[in-house]
Amino acid sequence: MEALTDTEVKQLESRAGAIRETIVEMLVAAGSGHTAGPLGMADIFAALYFRVLKHDPKNPEWPERDRLVLSNGHIIPVRYAAMAHAGYFPVEECLTLRKFGSRLQGHPERERLPGLETTSGPLGSGLSQASGMAYAARMTSSAPGTGELSDVRIYCAMSDGEHDAGNTWEAAMFAGANRLSNLTGIIDRNNIQIDGYTENIMPLESLRHKYEAFGWHVLEVDGHDIPQFVQACGEAEAIYEKPVVIIAHTIPGKGIREIERDYRWHGKPPSPEEGKKFLHELRTLQGKIVSEHQ
Amino acid sequence: MIEPSAKLAENIFDSPAQAPTRNGFGDGLVEAAEGDDRIVALCADLTESTRMEAFAKKYPERFVEMGVAEQNLATVASGMAAYGKIPFIASYATFSPGRNWEQIRTTISLNNVPVVIVGSHAGVSVGPDGATHQALEDMALMRVQPNMTVISPCDSEEARKATLAAAKCPGPVYLRLAREKTPVFTTRETPFTIGKAEIFWRAPASEQQKASSEPKNSVAIFATGPLLHNALLSARELEKESIAATVVNVHTIKPLDEDRIVRIAREAGAVVTVEEHQVAGGLGGAIAELLARESPTPIEFIGVHDQFGQSGKPEELIAHYHLDAPSITEAAKKAVGRRN
Repeated sequence: MEALTDTEVKQLESRAGAIRETIVEMLVAAGSGHTAGPLGMADIFAALYFRVLKHDPKNPEWPERDRLVLSNGHIIPVRYAAMAHAGYFPVEECLTLRKFGSRLQGHPERERLPGLETTSGPLGSGLSQASGMAYAARMTSSAPGTGELSDVRIYCAMSDGEHDAGNTWEAAMFAGANRLSNLTGIIDRNNIQIDGYTENIMPLESLRHKYEAFGWHVLEVDGHDIPQFVQACGEAEAIYEKPVVIIAHTIPGKGIREIERDYRWHGKPPSPEEGKKFLHELRTLQGKIVSEHQ
Repeated sequence: MIEPSAKLAENIFDSPAQAPTRNGFGDGLVEAAEGDDRIVALCADLTESTRMEAFAKKYPERFVEMGVAEQNLATVASGMAAYGKIPFIASYATFSPGRNWEQIRTTISLNNVPVVIVGSHAGVSVGPDGATHQALEDMALMRVQPNMTVISPCDSEEARKATLAAAKCPGPVYLRLAREKTPVFTTRETPFTIGKAEIFWRAPASEQQKASSEPKNSVAIFATGPLLHNALLSARELEKESIAATVVNVHTIKPLDEDRIVRIAREAGAVVTVEEHQVAGGLGGAIAELLARESPTPIEFIGVHDQFGQSGKPEELIAHYHLDAPSITEAAKKAVGRRN
C-alpha cells in the first residue's frame, strides 16, 4: 500500500469527520444505540472504506472484494455511516437506524443490507467467521481452473471487551495454527466495556503477548492516526507466514471532548439537545474553529 | 402390512442388517462431495466416531480439524459458507448444537448460510458413556431456530440419503445421528424427500370397517429416528389385537409435513409419537402443537419425559425409558381408549 500524500490524509480526516457527524445524527434519530465505540472507530472506518479495502459500493457481491467482518456488531453505526458515505446507499437512509422496516437493524444482519458480510452482535464470533472466510479464500482459486490463489483479503474488526470470550481465543488459535496470512484483525483497544474499564472487569493485558503466543504477528497503532493505520494495513499484507492483528489504541467517544474516555457512553445515544451540542463540537473541531461557517 | 410404496427391505422383522445411522452419513458425505467441490468438512476432534474419516482421507484438502472447539467449529463454518463453501460440521449432539447454540443461531440461522450441523450420538442408546453424552434436547434446540431444517433419519440408508439432500439445501440443516447399530430396514428405493413424511405400515382396510360408521380401533404412530423400527414391530403386534395402526416415518421434524400428518391423524382418531428425545420440544411437541391447532386428537408420547439418561447397555436403556416396542403397543392402546 502506497504512503498517503498530505492531501489524501486531509481528505480521509475530513471523511472521518463526516462519518462522525452522521453517527451522531443517526443515534439521535434512533433514540438508542451505542455512541463511544462508533465515534472511536470513525478514523479507522474512513481509512478502510476510502483507502484500504478493495471493494465496489455499486457491486457489493463482487466475488473478488475484500471482506470486512464486523465482530462487535454494536458499533455498526460507524459502518453504516462509512458505507453510506462510500456510496452503498443514500446518507439519508442512516436516519432509519433501528426503526421498524429499516435495512439498518440495531445490530447488523447480512441478509438485510448488501455489503455487510455477516450478522453480528453477540460477541466473540467474528474472528472465527473471518478465519473461515480466510481459510475458504485460500482453498479457492481466483479464477476457476487457473490454480491461481485468490488475493482477497479478510479484515475483522473486533472490540477489546470481546476478548473476554473463549470463542475469540478459539479463533485466534485456529488462525495462528493455520497460518492464515490473508487475515488482518483490528482490535479497537479503547479500554472500555459496558460495566467499566476492561482492566477492572477482566484484565486483557498483555494482548500483544497473547496474540504472539497464538502465532500472530502483532502491530500497534494510534487508532486516530490515519497514515499510521494505513501503513500497518500495508505491512500486514507483506507478512506471509502469519495472520496479523493490529491493536489500534483508540479513544472512546473521540471527537467530543466531554464524553471521551467515559465508559458510561458505551451503550447510550445522545439526547436531541446533546446531539446538537455534539454536532457543533464536531463541526468546529472542538472549538478550534470559532464559527461553523468559517 | 408394510406399505408397498415404502419399498422396505425384505427381512425387516427377522434378521435385518445392522448399522449405525452415523455410517450412512459417512458414506453420504463422500458421495455428495464427489459431485460438488464446494463441500468441505470440519470436525471437533471426533473424526472417526462421527464417521467423517472417509471424507478426511479422500479429500484431505477439504477437511479441517478444529480441535475441541465447538463454538469455533460453527462460526468458522459460517464464514466458509459466506464465502461460497458448503460446510458439514460434526461433533456429538450434546456439544454441537449443545454447546454452540447461540453461535448457530446468530451466525448460521439468522445469517442464513448453508451449513449442515451433524449431531452424532443422539439418544440414550449411546449407552455406557452416560447422560453427559446422550443428547435428548438437540431437536428442540434446533427446531426453534428460524431457517433451520431438522432431519432425524431412521436408519443408515436413510442417513445417507439425508446427507445427500442436506448438501443441496440452500439454508442451514441439522442432521441427527446415533452411535449404536440399529436395523437397516429401508432400501435405496425407499422414497426420501426433505419435509415429506412417509407411510411405512398401513393396516389393510377390512370391508366391515369400511361399511361401519362405528369408531374404528385405529391409531396413527408418528415416529422419527431408529425407534421407527420399534414402531413397526408394535404395529405388527397391534394388528394381532385388531388395532389398525398406520406407522409414519417423520424423518423431517422441521418443516413438518403438516397436511399429511393432520390427514392421517384425523383418519386414525388417535395418535402416538415416538422419539429418542425429550418429549418437550421434540417430535411429540411438534405434532401436539400442530394437532391442537388443526385437529385435536388424543396423543400418547413415547420419548424421554423430563429426565436425563444414564450409563447402561443401549437395550437396557431403551427398555428403562419405555422406548421399546411393548411400550409403544401399550401407548397405542391407551390412545385408542381415549378416543371419544
